[in-house]
Amino acid sequence: MPFDPEFLAQRFRRLAPASDYCSLRVVEERSESVSVRQDRPEPVSASLDHGAMVTVIDGDGIGYAAVSDLSDDGLRWALSRAAEWAALARERSVFAGRAPQLATPEGRYASPTERPVHWSKADRIDVLMRESRACRLSDRIVDWQASLWTVSAQQMLITADSRPEQAALQVFDFTIPGLHVVAHEGGVTQTRSWGGRYNGFCQQGGLEVIDRSGFIGSGRSTAEEALQLLAAANCPSGRMDIVLMPDQMMLQIHESIGHPLELDRILGDERNYAGTSFVTLDMFGTFQYGSPLLNVTYDPTRGTEFASFAFDDEGTAAERTFLIREGRLLRPLGGTSSLQRAQRSVPSLAGVATTRACAWNRPPIDRMSNLNVEPGESSLDDMIGATEYGVLMKTNRSWSIDDSRNKFQFGCEWGQMIRNGRLAEVVRDPNYRGVSRDFWRSLAMVGDAGTLEIMGTPYCGKGEPNQAIWVGHASPACRFSGVDVFGAER
Amino acid sequence: MKDLFFALADRAFSALQPNEVALLNFSGEVTDFVRFNHAQVRQPMTVRQARLSMALIEGRRRNQITLALSGTPEQDGPRLDDALLALRAELPTLPEDPYLLYSTAANRSERIDRGALPSALQTTEDIVETARGTDLVGVLGSGPIMRGFASSLGARHWHEVDAFLFDWSLYHAGDKAVKCAWSGNTWDRAELERRIAAARDQLTHLSATARTLEPGEYRAYLAPAALDELLWMLNWGGVSEKAQRTKQSCIQKLADGQATLSPMIRLTEDTAGGMAPGFDEAGFSKPARVELVNVGRLSGSMVSPRTGAEYGIETNGADEDESMSAMALAPGALPESEALAALDRGLYIGNLHYLNFSDRANGRVTGMTRFATFWVEGGRIAAPANVMRWDDSLYRMLGSNLEALTDAPQWILNNGTYGQRSVQTSRVPGALLRKMAFTL
Repeated sequence: MPFDPEFLAQRFRRLAPASDYCSLRVVEERSESVSVRQDRPEPVSASLDHGAMVTVIDGDGIGYAAVSDLSDDGLRWALSRAAEWAALARERSVFAGRAPQLATPEGRYASPTERPVHWSKADRIDVLMRESRACRLSDRIVDWQASLWTVSAQQMLITADSRPEQAALQVFDFTIPGLHVVAHEGGVTQTRSWGGRYNGFCQQGGLEVIDRSGFIGSGRSTAEEALQLLAAANCPSGRMDIVLMPDQMMLQIHESIGHPLELDRILGDERNYAGTSFVTLDMFGTFQYGSPLLNVTYDPTRGTEFASFAFDDEGTAAERTFLIREGRLLRPLGGTSSLQRAQRSVPSLAGVATTRACAWNRPPIDRMSNLNVEPGESSLDDMIGATEYGVLMKTNRSWSIDDSRNKFQFGCEWGQMIRNGRLAEVVRDPNYRGVSRDFWRSLAMVGDAGTLEIMGTPYCGKGEPNQAIWVGHASPACRFSGVDVFGAER
Repeated sequence: MKDLFFALADRAFSALQPNEVALLNFSGEVTDFVRFNHAQVRQPMTVRQARLSMALIEGRRRNQITLALSGTPEQDGPRLDDALLALRAELPTLPEDPYLLYSTAANRSERIDRGALPSALQTTEDIVETARGTDLVGVLGSGPIMRGFASSLGARHWHEVDAFLFDWSLYHAGDKAVKCAWSGNTWDRAELERRIAAARDQLTHLSATARTLEPGEYRAYLAPAALDELLWMLNWGGVSEKAQRTKQSCIQKLADGQATLSPMIRLTEDTAGGMAPGFDEAGFSKPARVELVNVGRLSGSMVSPRTGAEYGIETNGADEDESMSAMALAPGALPESEALAALDRGLYIGNLHYLNFSDRANGRVTGMTRFATFWVEGGRIAAPANVMRWDDSLYRMLGSNLEALTDAPQWILNNGTYGQRSVQTSRVPGALLRKMAFTL
């Protein structure tokens, strides 16, 4: 295999030209995705990917080149091309005379895998087939699919001036089970997903992830819920309280806290594509983002969470940090190079190590990584009990927000009315909308650790060129007051 | 890359056993990407990448892997040999696939569109110099894109296009900006200067005090880029045969004959007019055109080989996700130059943003306005409009509330670069709506 860290590092150090900074990030990734749809196996998707990204800094210019040819010739080409770009960018760069000062990392990280997934493809199909067959409860079940996606990745980041043993070596195992069921009758179609739609249950680890996920046995229960939704009334409209379960909270955090706090958005890098942010640099330290119950951390140390790591892709060591404490905004999601740009305006600004690339062929940019709402003190019963009239919502199915991350509208798969402090009938197609800061200021109760779930997504998209990266979101259930709720087309 | 791909294909096919069939798909590109912010360089880079997918088939069993290629036969050949052995060892353990379908034809095709793309080092200089003094943000992607297919049954297809896409915005302040895109295969500095100057002129409209509209229904004109965003929602399972068969399409009511769109809507997958390959991943040649909606009624769907096998119908060259690669909406009769006058009073919407289904079964979509959106009075731009959330149904926007389509469709190269540069295109006119529902 091409991934021999020591040999690559030796050759890179030998070939690297003299420059202000030069680094090599090598990634090797093995992926296998198996699925069974309507009790028939779908084509297996497996891949072996590898390649390297070279970064060169020349004055205030930074240049990159990515190549999957890891021979001396390939590395020479990448080094030369990155140096050309850095020279071209010099004195034309957003760094405006001050080159980013990037770290020389040293250390290791490995996912806390207890039992690697050594299942063959046939074994995987067997497991998925059992869940698939359990979904077939009724003729009203018109489609269903179970899937298992596993990824093993190794990554090395070194700088040209590092000592022989000085490198960041990180090894990841990701396990992502999924299942959804579609029910249809009389012009109504309802989809119910297990573990969050679009692979919301995704964690680091091996077979133990499947064990703790509850995936085994999920086929029948998910199909039953799909049929319940099919028979349910439309969600009512009006202003009311809502209780969001963790598989919707993860989306709420992602879109209305995560993206607006990305420092490259605040600096304007993303304005042409992903968008800007209502957050400005002067807000850090003073702005009341949410109610005093809101505590948000960047936590790359939570081993089983999807985006745990020891170093970001600029080589900065990662540690747990509060971004919002008691509702007050403290820090952005910005790594070394963005932070240095921002500190021209706000010298006291502090960031976190979260500048990451989705693959070897993309340069690092500011991402969310693990972004979590810290648990509070309310049980789920407390939150339901405190709600006179409202809806409990589970499992995101629709998401949309403006390019400044203000006006959002989200929809869920599952709704359940709350009346006089008690859970009542199931309702379908619950949606709600609002404005980010008003919404977070309406946070009325935060669930305790017993309500917390560790979710995430493999599909967080932004960047030019585009990058879909893996992020984690752990959250308790939360209750919000006075929210604009509505259902499907009448 | 072409020689490498077919040499690797020959190598793999020569190692097959008598009952085996192999299908090879190739995708590669050599791309210079340059990001800009504040008319300065943010991240410049070159990406050299190639991937090969190999499916090994015996009877109704199939096993498949995708490999990153280094680009040299000395490295990639042995890797391919190892992959073939691994696929073969595993193949008997896999269940038969009743929906396996691939082309057995030994047909061949080649399309190579050469352009005149100077070094991106030069084009970067052009952009920085021309945009100096502006707040330009965006990305240039430039270089060749390649796709290939080969089967051990004799088929060989190669598709290679030189292309660039300069996708950028010119900002006035805050979120007020003019959005632009320029694609082609021949770089022309004079054309770049003309386009940036035109955008600068448009910025003057954004300097007035912005108007915030109350939620409600307003007449609206969707510029081609905005209508393009709306139409791509149909590509999210809408025109897919499988989605329609399993009742998940966003135009399910249209598929079931319970609703219609405006008779003005004529939608086609126009492979001949696009930039995507004329062959699919199973080796089938794509028809030049597939009619999907005609005079407001569903007249076709995208059918992948797998769906074709599952439901016993003809495949029409659709890829596995059954989306359009070359969407074309027929133009209408409204002269584009008269669009503002025809709007009279309402919203001119340059771009839409972050669309999603608020009610998929009823074709209801929500999203935001973005970039250059203006309040129009008496057929003239009166003020820039602050971003608004809208939530409306495809059956109203493209049906009962569609008043006119413009006569000058715009050719748009998709700006997607997830994993690799997109070759999806669309040809879309502007649309005048009697009303559109705004909610926040």
